Amino acid sequence: MPYDSVVPALLEIRDLVIHYAAGPDASVVAVDEVSLDVEEGEVVGLLGESGCGKTTLLLAVLGLLSPAARVMRGSIRFRGRDLLALGGLEARRVRGALISIVFQDPSQALNPVRRVGPQVAEVVAAHHRWSRLRCREEASARLAEVGFTEADRIYDAYPHELSGGQRQRVVLAQALACRPALVLADEPTASLDSTTQAELRALLGSLQSRFGLALLLVSHDLGALAALARRVLVMYAGRLVESGNPGQVFHDPLHPYSRGLLRAFPHAVAAGAAPEPGLPVPIPGSPPDLSRLPPGCAFEPRCPDRVPACLERPPQEVRPGEDRRVRCFTYGG
Amino acid sequence: MEAEPALVRVSGLNKRYARRGGRGSPCVQALADVDLEIAPGATLALVGESGSGKSTLARCLARLEEPESGRIWFEGEDVLALRGRRLRPFRERVQLVLQDSAAALDPRLSAAEIVAEPLEILGRGGKSERRGRARALLDTVGIPSAWGDRRPAELSGGQRQRLAIARALAVLPRLLILDEAFAGLDVSIQAQIAGLLEELRVRHELTYLYVSHDLALMARLAREVAVLFEGRIVERGPVARLFAGPSHPHTRALIAAVPAWPAAPPRVS
Repeated sequence: MPYDSVVPALLEIRDLVIHYAAGPDASVVAVDEVSLDVEEGEVVGLLGESGCGKTTLLLAVLGLLSPAARVMRGSIRFRGRDLLALGGLEARRVRGALISIVFQDPSQALNPVRRVGPQVAEVVAAHHRWSRLRCREEASARLAEVGFTEADRIYDAYPHELSGGQRQRVVLAQALACRPALVLADEPTASLDSTTQAELRALLGSLQSRFGLALLLVSHDLGALAALARRVLVMYAGRLVESGNPGQVFHDPLHPYSRGLLRAFPHAVAAGAAPEPGLPVPIPGSPPDLSRLPPGCAFEPRCPDRVPACLERPPQEVRPGEDRRVRCFTYGG
Repeated sequence: MEAEPALVRVSGLNKRYARRGGRGSPCVQALADVDLEIAPGATLALVGESGSGKSTLARCLARLEEPESGRIWFEGEDVLALRGRRLRPFRERVQLVLQDSAAALDPRLSAAEIVAEPLEILGRGGKSERRGRARALLDTVGIPSAWGDRRPAELSGGQRQRLAIARALAVLPRLLILDEAFAGLDVSIQAQIAGLLEELRVRHELTYLYVSHDLALMARLAREVAVLFEGRIVERGPVARLFAGPSHPHTRALIAAVPAWPAAPPRVS
């Protein structure tokens, strides 16, 4: 949906700028003038490489930024409330209950010396004044929802007794513990085998539609983005450089970075078909030093389509088509 | 025409691991009667999931793991019969690049020292000669020679993986085993490293054995794929043939899991 609609979106991020302190006079730009909306029940995919700011963005929504991070400008609103202005207690009511997060590596998200069931139940207990038994029942129910047929046996298992895919499902049960409205997922399938990735992708899709979850999905798993996302955003050097629906972005990427990124993916052109033969094509050069961003477009040094204007100022967002946005001088900028 | 002798020949390889904490519980059969041939100059990908035995096979081929039974020949030589000093020439010919190069590289050494270390251990050249060779190798893999003094922690993940490749190349191997060497790297970095490896393969007449769970990437990198399932090679063939007519159900499952492009949007005129 266009982000100038009158009805507030579930999550509204506007002109967000986040820096990390790096020494007395230096700072690293992690998120730069990012605006995005996630509607109730909508799946938004976020594509970008290491260091582009996508994890910082997710952490900012949850109020989990490290002390070195500073929100310089902008706002993050959830159902109209300014998350950045929430106090400790109020923030805690939102975090984990209404908004939750799934990280990439389930073995780091779970406590290795505790059984997994209580680790789901404690999330329920943190947000409800319920008896232990009720919290336990809720946790078991969540484990069943994420596809464990023997939820009671899994409840008493230690993380090391589970496979990577099972652990990630436990983490998903934790994230769903309090029936959140929004789940942030940071590469939830990246550490798994490819067939397990496909299973988790299907599970995410069915949970999303069953509970009407809104999902902000950071992923390299193009299969997941293609199957689940209604909109895909591409991020480079802290900025959103392009957005559109998956069909548009994957088949007709507008930004030169999106085109380069998609050429580097080893994907199949259609389900079951062999990937195109030949090596994946790299993007020339390397990502910019975020502590010394150029005054112009951050992609300029690597860009095959650069024009003189790229060196002068960062391009502004333009809308070359319905529901499409891009920051590139090729389209006006 | 006479067939080219295989660079690697594996016959009837078996390997079992004791199951953790299981008194009398059955062993895990990591490799079951594996036969494998790798021709010189080949790029073969061993594809399978966690626990399929692919890393065990790679480690047996590199003589880091002893199989229960079976034979391995490398350049016609019986590898499992090699002991002690006689193993050294073999170790030079076969090099391993692992997934997590951050853990595989000594954090206290500089990039140049890491690359020069194998030469030092083998007593190759003088100190300055080794240093010159290390710098040349760093250059080959695209690490600026001015960065030779940096430690692994000061390099990015992609640069560390390049460093691991440079170290593997220092001893002029014939076979490079790349065990999940692309895992955890950004796709544009994967593509860069893939291009680098192909260039090096041609230039140094190398043979590659890729080990990975990622069939999509392997289909782009390797000419041939062998699918490992429960310790057995269930299928092997050129990439196109494998995708066109997979014969084993597990191969079909792996193919189904390859991420596919979403359907093209309808054209709006």
